[in-house]
Amino acid sequence: MGLFVLRRLGVMLLTAIALTFVVFFLTNLQPNLEKLARTEGSVRMSEEAVQDWIEQNGHSGSVFLRYGQWLGVVPGWTYTDEKGDTRGRCFQIGEDPATAPRYCGLLQGNWGYSTFFKAPVLDSLGEKLAATGWLMLAVMLVMVPTSLILGVLSGMREGSVTDRTLSTFSIASTATPEYVSGVVLVALFATAATGISPLLAEWGLIEPKKTLFLASATSAMDDITFWNFALPVMTIALYGIGYIARMTRASMTEVMTQQYIRTARLKGVPFRTVVMRHALRNALIAPFTVIMLQFPWLLNGVVIVESLFNYKGFGWTLVQAASNNDIPLLLACSVVAVVVVLLTQLISDIGYVFLNPRIRLA
Amino acid sequence: MTSSPTWDPSQPILEIEHLSISFFTRLREIPAVMDFSCKVMAGEAMGLVGESGCGKSTVALAVMRELGKTGRIVGGSIKFKGRDLTTMSAEELRHIRGSEIAMIYQEPMASLNPAMKVGAQLAEVPMLHSGMSKADAWKLARQIVADVRLPDPDRIINSYPHQLSGGQQQRIVIAMALMAKPALLILDEPTTALDVTVEAGIVDLVKELGEKYGTSMLFISHNLGLVMDVCDRICVMYSGEAVETGNVEQVFDEMRHPYTQALFRSIPLPGADKNARPLISIPGNFPLPHERPPGCNFGPRCDYFQKGRCDAAEVPMFPVPGSDRHETRCFRWAEIDWDAPPAKREVKEKAEIGRVVLKMEDLRKYYSVSGGAFGGGTKKVVKANETLSFEAHEGETLAIVGESGCGKSTFAKVLMGLETATSGSIMLFDENVQSTPIQKRNTDTVSQVQMVFQNPFDTLNPSMSVGRQIIRALEIFKYGKSDEERHQRMLELLDLVKLPRAFAERMPRQLSGGQKQRVGIARAFAGGAKVVVADEPVSALDVSVQAAVTDLLMDIQRENKTTLLFISHDLSIVRYLSDRVMVMYLGHVVEMGTTDQVFSPPYHPYTEALLSAVPIADTHVQRKRIVLEGDIPSAMNPPPGCPFQTRCRWKSQVPGNLCETEVPPVQVLEGGHQIKCHLSREILATMEPVIKIAAE
Repeated sequence: MGLFVLRRLGVMLLTAIALTFVVFFLTNLQPNLEKLARTEGSVRMSEEAVQDWIEQNGHSGSVFLRYGQWLGVVPGWTYTDEKGDTRGRCFQIGEDPATAPRYCGLLQGNWGYSTFFKAPVLDSLGEKLAATGWLMLAVMLVMVPTSLILGVLSGMREGSVTDRTLSTFSIASTATPEYVSGVVLVALFATAATGISPLLAEWGLIEPKKTLFLASATSAMDDITFWNFALPVMTIALYGIGYIARMTRASMTEVMTQQYIRTARLKGVPFRTVVMRHALRNALIAPFTVIMLQFPWLLNGVVIVESLFNYKGFGWTLVQAASNNDIPLLLACSVVAVVVVLLTQLISDIGYVFLNPRIRLA
Repeated sequence: MTSSPTWDPSQPILEIEHLSISFFTRLREIPAVMDFSCKVMAGEAMGLVGESGCGKSTVALAVMRELGKTGRIVGGSIKFKGRDLTTMSAEELRHIRGSEIAMIYQEPMASLNPAMKVGAQLAEVPMLHSGMSKADAWKLARQIVADVRLPDPDRIINSYPHQLSGGQQQRIVIAMALMAKPALLILDEPTTALDVTVEAGIVDLVKELGEKYGTSMLFISHNLGLVMDVCDRICVMYSGEAVETGNVEQVFDEMRHPYTQALFRSIPLPGADKNARPLISIPGNFPLPHERPPGCNFGPRCDYFQKGRCDAAEVPMFPVPGSDRHETRCFRWAEIDWDAPPAKREVKEKAEIGRVVLKMEDLRKYYSVSGGAFGGGTKKVVKANETLSFEAHEGETLAIVGESGCGKSTFAKVLMGLETATSGSIMLFDENVQSTPIQKRNTDTVSQVQMVFQNPFDTLNPSMSVGRQIIRALEIFKYGKSDEERHQRMLELLDLVKLPRAFAERMPRQLSGGQKQRVGIARAFAGGAKVVVADEPVSALDVSVQAAVTDLLMDIQRENKTTLLFISHDLSIVRYLSDRVMVMYLGHVVEMGTTDQVFSPPYHPYTEALLSAVPIADTHVQRKRIVLEGDIPSAMNPPPGCPFQTRCRWKSQVPGNLCETEVPPVQVLEGGHQIKCHLSREILATMEPVIKIAAE
């Protein structure tokens, strides 16, 4: 077991390095650097000035060396101009280069300086991640139990009315992307002019000109309430509910046709107990992997939903970093994404062993 | 109360009367069982025999009222202790299932829940039916596990099903059925998936427990020998009907239905011989449920068929006078001379045995596997084949016998070139093919060594017509110059395997199992194969078809002088058709000799046990019962010394601890009979025959 986890962590590290290098390479392509020079320096810089800027700010040279600097395994760049002022990766202007550390990258805890937030990347990213963490937690709490219950209910009697009804719902919900369901939900529940809010206001249940739910989740950054959080959570969860419920149903119907289920029935076990004790654990093996795969996909979902509901989390940050050409922030986002994806896969593999006594990982 | 007020133990436990069951598909109603009646008295064991598709399992499931969504009981009644099961509510039924009627299944692995501990699955039964506390139920489970003679019950009840061997799993299923001490036990082919020596142990256990608890049994099997061992009464089924029922001895010795007679003539009993007394297969095919003939279902395949009489009306059951509830479903039973010898038994010439075609010397095949649960760990070596040496001659049938895991399939793979040997040599017509994998063998070698596979259902491409598949083989073997030539050859091959030429256009799904196997044989012989490895070629087929397919193989062999390597675990068929026999155990050849030498003493102790374990459907045969204890050791962790020493009953006859420490040498007895055993020649000479045929 220990050896297995160690080996998997090793593979994870290699994957992470490869993936971040790809992102680093793409964000550090020459045209992008020129664009960066013009936004950081001046829009009307001449070609030579742009090249100078790139050189003076440590963006020239081999891409591998620059990647190494970012990682913290190659000494940070320094540049001394004609006036004798020295600039470098590891110290601010005016500090003494001699006292500054030689290496300053990811490994030393220096994730760079975000040009968008005007603050060190690590500080701003942590706060955003925490916000997204709450969102994800809420989504999981809603999505996993709902979808499992739906899947098991429809899978235990294949072809029944319950099965058909629940299956129709799951297919509909998983066929609707977030940017559609989000807009529909907002129109229905969070608009003063349409949907149910005007009706409720008419009946005096809510104040006039107010809406039932809030269309913006910005206030949830400070204080999460049901009213400001329900819509973003539901938007993400709806899609996943349908998907996991379909998977659970497929796995449940298969298990229900197995011979050991017949054995249990012919032992005189009541149907409820057959489902709960004999079928459920076997039926959950496949959806477990699917649920674990939902984590990386949630990262993707939050990008849309956080922008839609103006919730300043990880997804929102990613969008801002990309549109503002904030390279250190973008790189940091990719590191976080890679780690989340790979960690959930590891957890999924280990959890699988515990659910399924027959599996031995090799 | 589970029995009706009027019921008392002198009445039948189970009484099925005129039961009819149909399956309803979108197209039509398919009758699966028609007008089936039988009675099982208290403490009696009733055998239900028939070929696949005859409806025997449907009857069993109907007793449990477990016919699925499409099956329905359309007529008749099933009375259990006087109460009609067919009209019972689901809740009443639930109380009977598991507590009064229990079932034992064909595939033990599939019928145990893989994610639940064995103990929990056992303890569930008394907790459900008698409201026992969890601790008591587990205690009872432990006791029953010990009762079914499983070693180390404490470990077993705490393990998961996949951690047990097939035989152990089946004992657990039996234990589960016995947890509530049921009045009726239904066994649906309980040993079909198991090895013969394991089967013998299970059968003994079932018989003993039946006597101990006074349980009635409904025993379903296609194996007549097994039914004779276990049951008091027998009911032969054909195409959804009971055709003959009665006492086991009566039905076996004085059968009064043509189907029963034909069935007995098609199974290889001791005394049958491929040349002098060949088996007689039943002509024609089993009728499909919706294509049954009018009148007698067996009519079209029956030797005694009379037009206008047998196909005029439905045949009722006739009682046979002067017997114990012996009945037959035949109009003509009183007219037929039942002792007349079969008419069309043709004597065949013995094939000439020619020069050496295949020679193996000191062949070894080792596999290395990793040990740890999460990968890594120490590498282990599985010795699949150990010092294998033998010769096979032209026109000879060499049988390779052994239970699962003995290395017989590995040997076939090495010979075919699907695997390469670790060491040793394989000489095929003076050419060493030992280390040449099949991709590198030339077309000649490939077409000369061919294989007939065990399962005809999986080895034909489902989306290619039969003719196309055979032509494809011809193309691969580079046979013929033009497509016409190959097409002609394909039609000849169909003739060779006695299939109508029109079958060339058919798809595999339109063929029956026996016909598919014939296509498999045609494909193997497409390139004029000189050596054919037949890996259990008939074990997936029904008894009546088995005889036809083996006969076909023998005929082709006679014509083409093919060397046939016949891999099988079925000793009856091996005795019937092979010239020489090689017995394997854990990768070692423990005995080799001519068929007569191997089947008569002196034996290797393993051969002796194997022979005694095979059930024989003949009341005149007396068998010595030798039941091997325990399971076959894992090839990953074989015992030191002699591979068989852990289960050998002769071990005490060998001085010192020779068996535990040294691999025995091969002793060559007279006539080239080889035995790999430490027993001295004097002791070997004292061995008694396992099978004795009582004087007729």
